Amino acid sequence: MLKLEVPNWQTGRSSALLTGQWAWIFLLILCIIFSFIGPGFFGFFNIQNIVTNMAFVLLLAMGQTFAIIAGGIDLSTGYVMGLASVVSARVVLWASGFLPLPLAMLLAVLVGLLVGILPGLVNGVIIARLAMPPFIVTLGMYGIARGTSFLFANGQPVSVPIDGIGALGNNYLLYFPPGRGVSFFQPPTGLTHDQMRDMVQLLPFQLIITVVVVLICIWLLARTRFGTHVYAIGGSREAARRSGIPVTRRTIQIYVLSASLATLAGLLYMFHYTSGTADAGDPLLIDSIAAVTIGGASLFGGEGSMIGTLVGALIIAVLQNGLVIVGIDPFWQFIAVGIVIILAVLIDRAKARISGV
Amino acid sequence: MNGQARNAPLREAQPLLEMRGVTKRFSGLIAVKQVDLSISAGEVVGLLGDNGAGKSTLIKLISGVYRPDAGQILFNGAPVSFSSPLEARDLGIETIYQDLALCENLNAYQNIFLGRERGRRRLGLFTEVDDAFMSAEAWKALEQLDIHIPNLRAPVRMLSGGQRQAVAITRALYWNARLLIMDEPTAALGVPEQQKVLELIHTLRLRHIPVILISHNLQDVFAVADRVIVMRRGDIAGERIISETSSNDLVGLMVGAHGC
Repeated sequence: MLKLEVPNWQTGRSSALLTGQWAWIFLLILCIIFSFIGPGFFGFFNIQNIVTNMAFVLLLAMGQTFAIIAGGIDLSTGYVMGLASVVSARVVLWASGFLPLPLAMLLAVLVGLLVGILPGLVNGVIIARLAMPPFIVTLGMYGIARGTSFLFANGQPVSVPIDGIGALGNNYLLYFPPGRGVSFFQPPTGLTHDQMRDMVQLLPFQLIITVVVVLICIWLLARTRFGTHVYAIGGSREAARRSGIPVTRRTIQIYVLSASLATLAGLLYMFHYTSGTADAGDPLLIDSIAAVTIGGASLFGGEGSMIGTLVGALIIAVLQNGLVIVGIDPFWQFIAVGIVIILAVLIDRAKARISGV
Repeated sequence: MNGQARNAPLREAQPLLEMRGVTKRFSGLIAVKQVDLSISAGEVVGLLGDNGAGKSTLIKLISGVYRPDAGQILFNGAPVSFSSPLEARDLGIETIYQDLALCENLNAYQNIFLGRERGRRRLGLFTEVDDAFMSAEAWKALEQLDIHIPNLRAPVRMLSGGQRQAVAITRALYWNARLLIMDEPTAALGVPEQQKVLELIHTLRLRHIPVILISHNLQDVFAVADRVIVMRRGDIAGERIISETSSNDLVGLMVGAHGC
């Protein structure tokens, strides 16, 4: 009988403690520390806030996860988000003149999606068909989307002073004003100032939308053929091609998906801040790449997970929120996130050595 | 399992693969000239030759990477003409390259099913990958070749070189390979691992799947091949039954010491 066994074969277990889990442990430690030293950190509503506010960076990071695991990167997402927010703001302003608000909003979403997906399609086609490096192509698209956004915005934020436009981006699913039962979707009218202050607000729409998208992304990457192909392309493009995986089509899909998620972030941004801002996503791009990296993805491709990215984004958000609550100068958060990124890669390297890669 | 075509009896008399006067030129250079050869079910044929002798052009003609400029290739008695390696694979001609075959970050069953993942409907709407099915099938297929991989869910980069070869071979067989072309299968391996791959080739022979083995290692060729074809300058310099030849004889053919 043929036995293909090697004595020093590593079962995943010894390194499993370090892989993946360390980010969870780090997040847990951060939460425990801030709970002790930051008054008000550990509470349902603060946590609801943290998660709601990280929606934008998380959406960019989800798209980035697909691109990075496939061995690429998408530098254009920050300004694709800005572009979508500006375009949708312009469309709402224009269309609300002759359409009822819900239809104007729907039109804005549709036009925003069309305009926002286009850069992803161009990225994907150039990367896949012309075999160009993703870094260069999306860097070019970064410039194009940036310029286009500012041109559409005339160089300044496009504010949308329309009543009710902010409902989708700011309202909650459930409201519990003291002694008044429950209302859905919008705060009940005729409340006193005190009642407003004491009202319990649960599940903002923005959070619900983000959670749904996160669940879809987790499923796509972990449980579908598309997800397997993303890993395969990142692991070995050549082996993927030889196995009959439609590498070109998949690559285009990956960049379209990344742009779609950035567009969704831009639309949510517009509905949340009732304004389209060309550079809305600019500072978020680096944070989103940081989240993916902290979450264990390799920039060489083939490794990483959506849950990892989620934990990475949570670590960044908790650091930012916690430092503010503790009262430390907010600029320290950049330093903290920077240290975490370097630590993350160091730990991944150590982990790779242990598992003998 | 997709066992029907695999287990169909092959007519022993008729060669599975036949090349008749096959020629391939690259702008003036004749890489393969007027080659005739035939491979029958259940034989392991060593393909030898110095660098540039035309071995790799020859196997690329068989595996559909190149098209011949002249001559005919017959598979199972019928003339074939491949416009891509995928077409050759659909007929059951599988080529196993030493390092390009697998995605190192994926596990054994993901590699075996790569590009042909088994799907399962969820809620009648979404198709997701059926890991349970694929890992059970992979386990069975590996078992049939007497290959034991401790953890099917570990990424294949955690496996040894021999285990990785075994996964690549299992994948080819699972998808109904009828002719395996192995390019330097033992080159990157340690000595015990080389031994295991040779044993695996022996198993393939017992299962009547012909193998074309390209190797620089004469010892390997003597260990498993039934027949040896030696190429020199695009031509077939000679063909020998393994029991009727020696290393010196083969080296002589390779360097052209037999007068030509």
